[in-house]
Amino acid sequence: MSLLDDWEKHELAEFLHKQPEAQQRYETLSGIPVKRVYTPEDQVPFEEIGLPGRYPFTRGPYPTMYRGRRWTMRQIAGYGTGEDTNKRFRYLIEQGQTGLSVDFDMPTLMGYDSDDPRSEGEVGREGVAVCSLDDMAALFEGIDLERISVSMTINPTAWILLAMYVAYAQSRGFDLNKLSGTVQADILKEYQAQKEWIFPIRPSLRIVRDLIVHCARNMARYNPINISGYHISEAGANAVQEVAFTMCNAIAYLEEVTKAGVGVDEFAPRLAFYFISQNDFFEEIAKFRAARRIWARIAKERFGARKPESMRLRFHCQTAAATLTKPQPMNNVVRTALQALAAVLGGAQSLHTNGLDEAYAIPSEEAMKIALRTQQIIAEETRVTQVVDPLGGSWFLESLTSEIERRCLAILDKVQRMGGTVKAIEEGYFQREIADTAYQTMRGRASGELPVVGLNKYVDPPKKEGIEIHRIDPASEKRQIERTRELKRRRDQEKVKTLLDRMEKEARDPAVNLMPVTIELVKARATMGEIVARLKQVHGTYTETPVF
Amino acid sequence: MAAPVRVLVGKAGLDGHDRGAKVVARVLRDAGMEVVYTGLHRTPEQIVSAAVQEDVDVIGISILSGAHMTLVPKVVDLLRKQGAGDIAVVVGGVIPDEDIPELRKLGVADVFPQDTAPDVIVNRVRDLAAARAQ
Repeated sequence: MSLLDDWEKHELAEFLHKQPEAQQRYETLSGIPVKRVYTPEDQVPFEEIGLPGRYPFTRGPYPTMYRGRRWTMRQIAGYGTGEDTNKRFRYLIEQGQTGLSVDFDMPTLMGYDSDDPRSEGEVGREGVAVCSLDDMAALFEGIDLERISVSMTINPTAWILLAMYVAYAQSRGFDLNKLSGTVQADILKEYQAQKEWIFPIRPSLRIVRDLIVHCARNMARYNPINISGYHISEAGANAVQEVAFTMCNAIAYLEEVTKAGVGVDEFAPRLAFYFISQNDFFEEIAKFRAARRIWARIAKERFGARKPESMRLRFHCQTAAATLTKPQPMNNVVRTALQALAAVLGGAQSLHTNGLDEAYAIPSEEAMKIALRTQQIIAEETRVTQVVDPLGGSWFLESLTSEIERRCLAILDKVQRMGGTVKAIEEGYFQREIADTAYQTMRGRASGELPVVGLNKYVDPPKKEGIEIHRIDPASEKRQIERTRELKRRRDQEKVKTLLDRMEKEARDPAVNLMPVTIELVKARATMGEIVARLKQVHGTYTETPVF
Repeated sequence: MAAPVRVLVGKAGLDGHDRGAKVVARVLRDAGMEVVYTGLHRTPEQIVSAAVQEDVDVIGISILSGAHMTLVPKVVDLLRKQGAGDIAVVVGGVIPDEDIPELRKLGVADVFPQDTAPDVIVNRVRDLAAARAQ
């Protein structure tokens, strides 16, 4: 009889007799059953787990991980005009932040200039407004872009914002091969989850391809895309769906770019990922490890990558905004700290920790400072950074990692059988899956089956929470609109027109890369809204058939 | 048997956060109501015209971009101008507490912040529809 059998028959049986367990079933947030205790019977072979910095990269992309270099502390910021956000950036750098991350307002994300009627009331609200090269210049004034990496959360208009970034960097005399950072540019997850789109799927994919190819050839250290599970999770998906859907998108990008004749090892090393860190502590750690292994296998086995750099997944991580509550907002600091710890134990390369006021408004300076301090405490005080993948080898964690991997691979197979990622989006597969999980989560929160402290458990009597909220300066929108109008008046109109005509022609030929003409356009002070409007004449716009 | 309650769930403005809108649409549908969901990025004009055309009892608008103080008054105003001021308007999303009295003053029947219990929403919508029928 094995030790386990013997224990179950004696200690366990006697104990259960006296005191039954609280639940019939125990499972992770994504519904993977978990056992009472794990033993060597659950062991995963060491070859499958491996070592950090080596295929299949389960344990991390680098051999020394945080011993060599800590993760980048990258708090996202963006509101008002470029000048407003520039001030917040300088504050964050002063507080010890090591990377920048830009949040843009809804009009910028959707391709409308600040002076467009559709932008009214949204200019500079959820992020910073950037319509032109001048706005980009205001945003980064005085910041050394060769030394600090910059992530821009931007999707359908990503190629235009990157063009502005390049043009601005050149105007300051920076070496493009020394710029590091990323544009999100992951358009497929927009159709699935975040829903910020402009053009139909196919022309959008072509733009992503142009961006990746251009960066691979001109910007040696830049990550041209951030393939993102974060928004898929925030829209409702569980951990398994998050990783699986993200990988479906990654596969689609790899297919798109390799189809254009670019070898996988030419660009795959610069692909970056972005995941959420949710509440289920161990599931999240296992999720990050599983994602690395799945990606390594996709790159190597499916796409024939040869360089290890093409196979090693690097990711930015953000704690989970939708887990934060309006009641008892200080509890959010604790939630965020635990989620951040899971991200670090899971081997994140960069991390954003949410502000405690997330459920109220965009974060105040004070809330951002506490969030940044949370990361600094983990990095400097807890010593969890001393050992690479410290939970590796845990029978539980390894078996959970393998189970997440198995379930993800089953979804990848299913999507392939459906005809691939684009087809599955067109059929509403991802959207339906996400909506279903979101609905179950809401039911669970409403019934109390999913406990949320301060919300459906340990609830305080209603009261006004005395937290400081970031308020938008109403004059800022007016200033931004005025500046955009002024810019459109004083530039060389003929030059803008000629370049827009050239772009339109190039857009009609899918073999041409749109990046060079876009860089010329922004230098001539064409605005983001004008570039988008002209391309809409070529490609039309995307219409969703909503699933709920 | 009374005709089912008809509700339009609309996403106004440019933000793409449709998780809440879709969950609420499903909750209302499960409660036996007829639900029209507008899809994303609608203008106030599009929302009002759909509501009038579909002859709904209640409009639920979801906004998470902070543009509620610009967009919601437009919806209320357009409804009145089109003689459809009897259609009740409720608002959900990320709405700061201090904006709620102002929205009510403008004629918004109710505001449902994040994590409002589904039963609360269903009952309130039902009451508003009943009030309109009288």
